Amino acid sequence: MDVVHPRSLTPLITGWIALAVLICGPVSANDTGSSEVARGGYLVRAGDCEYCHTDSNGQPFAGGRAIPTPFGVIYSTNITPDATTGIGQWTSQDFYTALHTGIRRGGSHLYPAFPYPWFTKISRADVDAIKAYLDTLAPIKQSNKSAELPWPLSWRGAMFVWNTLYFDEGEYKIDTTQSAQWNRGAYLVQGVAHCGACHTPDNWLGGTKHSEALEGGNAGMHWAAPGLGSNLRDGVGGWSAAEIVEYLKTGANAKSASAGPMTDVVMNSTQYLSDADLDAIALYLKDRPHAAHETPPQTHDLGAAALARGQALFTDNCTACHNPDGRGVPKVFPPLTGSASIQANNAGTVIHVVLAGSKMAAPSSLPTGLSMPGFGWKLDDREIADVVNYARHAWGNRAPLVDAETVAAVRKDIEPSDRPSRDGASTTHPDAPVNRGNL
Amino acid sequence: MPRRRLYKAQKPLAAVADLSEQSRPTGCDAQKPSGVKECASLSRRSLLNAALFLPAAPLLGCSSSRESNHSEGQEPPPVFAFFTPEERAFVEAATERLIPDEEDGLGARGAGVAVFIDRQLAGSYGRAEHWYMQGPWATGVPEQGYQLKLTPAALYQTATRNVNAWCQKNHGKDFAALPGAVQDDVLHGLESGDIELTDVPAKVFFTMLWNNTVEGFLADPMYGGNRNFAGWKLIGFPGPRYNYSSEIEQYGKPYTLPTVGILGRNGTLLRKG
Amino acid sequence: MANPLKPVDVVLVGFGWTGSILAEQLTQTGLQVLALERGKFRDTVPDFATTQIQDELRYAARDGLFQDTARDTLTFRNSVDQTALPMRHLGSFLPGVGVGGAGVHWNGQLWRFLPEDFVIRSHTEQRYGKGFIPADMTIQDWGITYAELEPHYDTFDYLCGISGAAGNIQGQIQPGGNPFEGPRRRGYPLPPLKRSYPTVLFDKAAKEIGFKPFPCPAANASAAYKNTLDVQMGPCTYCGYCEWFGCGNYSKASPQTTILPVLLERKNFSLRTQCDVTRINLDSTSKRATGVTYVDQQGRQFEQPASLVICCTFAQHNALLLLLSRIGQPYDPKTNTGVVGRNYAYQITSGVDVFLDEIMNPFMGAGALGQAIDEFNGDNFDHGPEGFIGGGYIALWTTGGRPILQHQLPADAPKWGAGWKKAMAENYLKSASIATHGSVMSYRDSYLDLDPTYRDVYGDPLLRLTFDFHPNEIKMSGFLTDKAALIAQAMKPRSFHAIPRIGHYSIVPYQTTHNTGGCAMGADPRTSVVNKYLQSWDVHNVFVMGSSVFPQNAGYNPTGTVAALAYWAADAIKNHYLRSPGPLVHM
Repeated sequence: MDVVHPRSLTPLITGWIALAVLICGPVSANDTGSSEVARGGYLVRAGDCEYCHTDSNGQPFAGGRAIPTPFGVIYSTNITPDATTGIGQWTSQDFYTALHTGIRRGGSHLYPAFPYPWFTKISRADVDAIKAYLDTLAPIKQSNKSAELPWPLSWRGAMFVWNTLYFDEGEYKIDTTQSAQWNRGAYLVQGVAHCGACHTPDNWLGGTKHSEALEGGNAGMHWAAPGLGSNLRDGVGGWSAAEIVEYLKTGANAKSASAGPMTDVVMNSTQYLSDADLDAIALYLKDRPHAAHETPPQTHDLGAAALARGQALFTDNCTACHNPDGRGVPKVFPPLTGSASIQANNAGTVIHVVLAGSKMAAPSSLPTGLSMPGFGWKLDDREIADVVNYARHAWGNRAPLVDAETVAAVRKDIEPSDRPSRDGASTTHPDAPVNRGNL
Repeated sequence: MPRRRLYKAQKPLAAVADLSEQSRPTGCDAQKPSGVKECASLSRRSLLNAALFLPAAPLLGCSSSRESNHSEGQEPPPVFAFFTPEERAFVEAATERLIPDEEDGLGARGAGVAVFIDRQLAGSYGRAEHWYMQGPWATGVPEQGYQLKLTPAALYQTATRNVNAWCQKNHGKDFAALPGAVQDDVLHGLESGDIELTDVPAKVFFTMLWNNTVEGFLADPMYGGNRNFAGWKLIGFPGPRYNYSSEIEQYGKPYTLPTVGILGRNGTLLRKG
Repeated sequence: MANPLKPVDVVLVGFGWTGSILAEQLTQTGLQVLALERGKFRDTVPDFATTQIQDELRYAARDGLFQDTARDTLTFRNSVDQTALPMRHLGSFLPGVGVGGAGVHWNGQLWRFLPEDFVIRSHTEQRYGKGFIPADMTIQDWGITYAELEPHYDTFDYLCGISGAAGNIQGQIQPGGNPFEGPRRRGYPLPPLKRSYPTVLFDKAAKEIGFKPFPCPAANASAAYKNTLDVQMGPCTYCGYCEWFGCGNYSKASPQTTILPVLLERKNFSLRTQCDVTRINLDSTSKRATGVTYVDQQGRQFEQPASLVICCTFAQHNALLLLLSRIGQPYDPKTNTGVVGRNYAYQITSGVDVFLDEIMNPFMGAGALGQAIDEFNGDNFDHGPEGFIGGGYIALWTTGGRPILQHQLPADAPKWGAGWKKAMAENYLKSASIATHGSVMSYRDSYLDLDPTYRDVYGDPLLRLTFDFHPNEIKMSGFLTDKAALIAQAMKPRSFHAIPRIGHYSIVPYQTTHNTGGCAMGADPRTSVVNKYLQSWDVHNVFVMGSSVFPQNAGYNPTGTVAALAYWAADAIKNHYLRSPGPLVHM
């Protein structure tokens, strides 16, 4: 039987969403009973715990998802209350210690693929609420898998060294010079929502460059997480607070649309946040400083020939939706002009999207899930570099140049690009070009 | 919205007026990638002529990777997947008369129509994979459509044999070896049904040959015909472009963007599948 | 034998426009709804992606998105004294296959029928007398009125984001719209599409003659649109690849671009693709359906129990399913008794090709970008002196200039050779075509039944189509063609020529995919398969959708009426049938 349900994502946890209530201030200690569970469920959403802790097609929260890191594969763990394979025997203190220090029950170090460098900011009351919520889940017996890491990283004690270098333990401290709303936004962004896990650059050992917080980072598989600072070119400086809220709620606004991992974040997490929390996040992000970036190359550095090649490819391939002027169609097909993703210093996202296509988030408030097809089957690496460079330099856009080798590196790592479905399992697009005589 | 699918039967008349300025094709293709410097019609024709006398294999030194799209060098000759030399000679000669190259080189030969038909017959169309091919078989009336037991591939094989036999009997040579004017007479005879073939109805075959010739002249070049957009440039079709929002209300103005195909502006690339 | 499955509340056979509408409506009530579709799952990306969809050979010439005749076709003959032979490949019409059905590859020409169309027999008898209707013409009233359908037409307009200019809002005639249309409650959700040059010339010419031309209503969005289900559409870019193609940039209304993003997320909806429903199963009384039998992709047979079975297949396939399932009495033309298969009808089309001095850029267009006059449709004119029934619109559509199948040549152009080539070079950019789109009445000898000889892949009989154009239609079409030629002449072309529809109906050249009838609706069970709610007279938990219920065809494209009837039936199921399952109309 062929039951097609192509857009089913993570199964919904019904019930609690409606219960999610506005939470005031980063710390609140007056929760009891079911309201604590509801708040915990809300925080679990805000932290998008389910995404990492659920294997593709696996049981929710039972772990097993492979998390690729630059150093090797780590598997998420079972956080259902199963006594032997999950966290059923963990006390609230065990759970708090794990989130707060990265040391799990039994004393071994967790790898920072588990975002404890952010979760350390979460208040004790909120951690307890999360635990209370997780305790209400049905226990699932599913053993955890070992990480596949090379020595010395396979030795968890190495994390002690790493923590010493890069980890700052401690709950969020209220900035008394700022409003309660600002503090709430900062608490969520820095803590449970762990935005910096992707949007802040890492050093070569995977340590977060706190000095460059939210200035743009790497979300894995060549997805570049754009800067969330006030930069106009490659940040959200040009977005109003309302546009930030709209984006987090629906995955799209007049300036941009979600792609790649951010589509998952919107679908699993931010669409469920309360308006008050989204307003607080927007207020905090609007207050982020301008990141100091090198001036990107000017258009003449690209060269007239490359620009002309790129323009031709853009005209032939992209204008159906993005229009010849690159402005797209507001809230339908995202504009490329002035886009932070297009102009990000790291061109990974735009290369990834051009190669393999992309699907916008499809929350119930904006259910379409508009998609862009992949061009990897019809454009070669140099052509994609040309069209990407064009989009990064046309209409006043500016960004570092991309070469064919960069495109090749992304192509090597990602899934094959889309293909007409009538060709079934074939991974080669039937229209993929070849020269005459080479059949 | 109804569109006619069949080509109307009309009596051939003398050539009509000259080509209009807007649709007059040029001998050299200004839009060709910089790596390809040939003057389209001449070198294309000489290449294809040369191909007739070469074995059906890629030329030496031609890379098998797609990277060669961007490198200098000549195109390899077409590889035929279906036709025997006899069938190929017939289809090349017949399609050349149906849409002659003339001075501009923009005809069936220059466009590679025979390559297109060969690839179509080698594939699912040639095998009638999506046609209802169960008996019993009856002739029926024309309104009931195609009722032959033959797949398109088999119809071409049989008809080629039959036409050559007819030409041998009446003119002493295969179709391809006859002078153009005689070939035209034979084609008119097939079209009207005045020539009776031994095994298949001539009109049915001619209809298929003509339809496939038009397809090969005007389909996307990735299928092997319409090479270098010969057919599209002749008529002024810019190819599958996707956005005319700002041009559609510019009444009477020629559209100026260069011709493009599904695989881009290189009108020699073929699809793999 | 068949493997029994878990029962569902509703099983939908086929998942095109009507299946999607019914599913969306009935899942709202909490019912468990299952759609069984014979084709594959398809969506804008990757199946209709801008990267590859504009392929005329694959999709138009080789029927890439349509029914596979190797698996399922019909046999055809012009008259009962001929032997029907299989339609071995598609030609005259192009049924869809796969999710979205023909709603994927239509042009988006969205019309409402005229109020008189629904009461054609009584209206004609009243205005022209009973003797005006030929004896063998079996037209009948629909059992429903335009007023009853109007809210549902409106629902579909706002689902699809129709671009157009209203002609009659609540009885007030609107300048620039179709003054002949039935009253609509409100205007179209989007303004008309941009006008192509040929439509402007048509407009001017028609006005000079004294006609009242108007922009054709289009399910191609003239601007970005968020529909009544919050589903988004993009603006049409006039690429000229609508009909026979899927839309790559979300601008043509289809189930995929209007309903499915919401429907597929509903937990009480499920879809199984590549499942061929071979029978509707009945209980021992034959008065109640127990579900359907289907064969999946691997050839496994399943029995799907359901409380309600709704036939949502393409047009004539509904009649086939009822005949194979022995629901309703098969029609017998000899005795003029029985109902299933009765009153098959079609559309009669003709054209006038126009060759102009200026560049028309025919490749810029949209499936429903046209300018029309409606003076000669329905009963908008006095038929008394003309001596025929019915009519049609005359429109200049610029649906695209796809070169293989959409080029026009002057009548004196050679058919091939150097002259053909020159004519192509001279005329492709400077041509346009005016179309007439006429009604086809139903007749005693135009019908569907089971073929005695030919079988499908399961060994079941193929459907047999017996159909020809009758003198009434040929006369009417000629009348329309003459009017179209008047407009063509007023366009001041270099040359023009009419392509009238003459002779026998042929299955070969494409005409339209507007097949109707076989499961006619009506007020009398002796002449109809379903009642006014599209419910089977014989088996009350079987409903039949689509143009198969049209008792005869009107002079408009059918999709608007097909969709409005689906909403109308869904409304009856939700508000009446579910409360007390049983016949909704008692005789």
